[in-house]
Amino acid sequence: MMSRWPGLLLRLYVGVMCAWLVAPIVIVVILAFSGDGYLRFPPTSLSLQWFARVFGDVQWQRALLSSLMIGAIACVVSTTVGFFAAYAFLRCEFRGKKLLLSLMIMPVIVPSIITAIAMYYLASKLGLIGNFVWLGLCHAVIAMPIVLLILLSALHAVDPNLERAALGLGGSRTRVFCRIVLPIAMPGVMSAALFAFLASFDELLISLFLAGVRAQTLPVRIWNSLNLQVEPTIAAVSAFLIAVTTLILSAEAILRQRQTQRRRQTAG
Amino acid sequence: MLLLMLPAWAMLIGLFLIPLALFFIRTFAEFDGTTAEFLQQAYDLLFSQAYLTALATTNWISLIVTATVLLIGYPIAYFLTTATGFSSRIVVLSIVLPYFTSIIVRTFSWMVLLGEHGLVNDILIAIGVIHAPLALMYNRLGVLIGMSYVLLPYMVLTLYAAMRAIDPSLLRAASSLGASGLYTFRRVYFPLSLHGVLSGALIVYILSIGFFITPALMGGQHDIMIAMLIDRALEVAVDWPSAALMSLTLLVVTLALYALYYRLTDIRRLIGAR
Repeated sequence: MMSRWPGLLLRLYVGVMCAWLVAPIVIVVILAFSGDGYLRFPPTSLSLQWFARVFGDVQWQRALLSSLMIGAIACVVSTTVGFFAAYAFLRCEFRGKKLLLSLMIMPVIVPSIITAIAMYYLASKLGLIGNFVWLGLCHAVIAMPIVLLILLSALHAVDPNLERAALGLGGSRTRVFCRIVLPIAMPGVMSAALFAFLASFDELLISLFLAGVRAQTLPVRIWNSLNLQVEPTIAAVSAFLIAVTTLILSAEAILRQRQTQRRRQTAG
Repeated sequence: MLLLMLPAWAMLIGLFLIPLALFFIRTFAEFDGTTAEFLQQAYDLLFSQAYLTALATTNWISLIVTATVLLIGYPIAYFLTTATGFSSRIVVLSIVLPYFTSIIVRTFSWMVLLGEHGLVNDILIAIGVIHAPLALMYNRLGVLIGMSYVLLPYMVLTLYAAMRAIDPSLLRAASSLGASGLYTFRRVYFPLSLHGVLSGALIVYILSIGFFITPALMGGQHDIMIAMLIDRALEVAVDWPSAALMSLTLLVVTLALYALYYRLTDIRRLIGAR
């Protein structure tokens, strides 16, 4: 259909664009290992000084701990709640399903600044500013739509006949759920949980409003220092966040690969 | 069975819908003064120079970003539908990695690249294109670059989902009937992908008008978007009624566009239809 030139040009263009997409991330990671006193690329020497400074600093340590705790709460809550909702969505037939789903996706559509201010308003009235658990729950609201969307497509592959068979053989609803549904859905649930954690770990605006002084997360601290000046410590923290993202994406990829392998085995 | 949805709804209502409702209702209810005074203040705010300018800026930036991202993303999405194996993996990875990297980190990366002594200026000076550093950041250009970078993955994933559904035999049919490559694209492929173009453009525009982090960090004095104005009303003036009023207008526009998006597309495609 096409002569060779357009195809070649397209490849070149896509290559350049991919470089454009990845370059900023790669450059920040390289800068994080810079031995220079200020940000310049390429660095003249390499060192771990910025990482040492970040991880040796009590405030950054505390921010990391906050991020992890809040992320864990958001991850567990949103995955559990989202899993039940996704399951109900797939197994029930009712009118207005699409409308209901679009309402449940709203937290990722409504501008974060509005959500953050509204949550701040309530939290300040309740005296919950700086409360880890509350911030984790608020993050869970943002992560839940992501969990829901991932699980809706992951659970789509689970054959409802398996459940019917188990029920017909005399299993109780709870037993079938725990022994049949949950194990089959597990890989999907795991990847949803990973993305839920990531959503919370990277979230900035809600944390900015709700964290107070006590529950400052890593993104909040990055924000605070970026408003003052662009400094190399931020490159090290950014590199750390990028590493977490990469780790989670790889874990998810491995999970998915295993799942397809298993499916192929059972099919073959 | 439907009861399983209850926890999700409890969370959504208790931690999302109620805070939103309370924020608007209580803020307006706590307003000191008569209804007439309130309406007067609302009128003054919504027709103030600052608000109208921010509205125009927001719309302009969002439109440019949407168009930019569409132009950049369309060929990439098309390439993804034809690519296999290694090259497709590389492309997917270069889209997904930024997509899941924190917005603040992505913005910081561009701040490093576009600064006065950043890499881009260094390279341009080194190859002799310019002699003094260009102002690439803390202005409109910086906002456009930063936001396009952040939003490109949404566009590519939406377009890809739509293009994948196009039956390739239609293209073969067109070319076997003697249509040129360009003609086939213009009369067959592009019309069939229009659906994805529209929903991609809508989602990017919806996300753009509510943007805060990137324009706040990369913009200059003349790049105040609505979300920043809302933040300022609170942080600087502690003016809750103004913040609530502006938030309400932004929310209404966002939800109206989301309703359009809902009619147009399958919401499950939002994360790129795995």
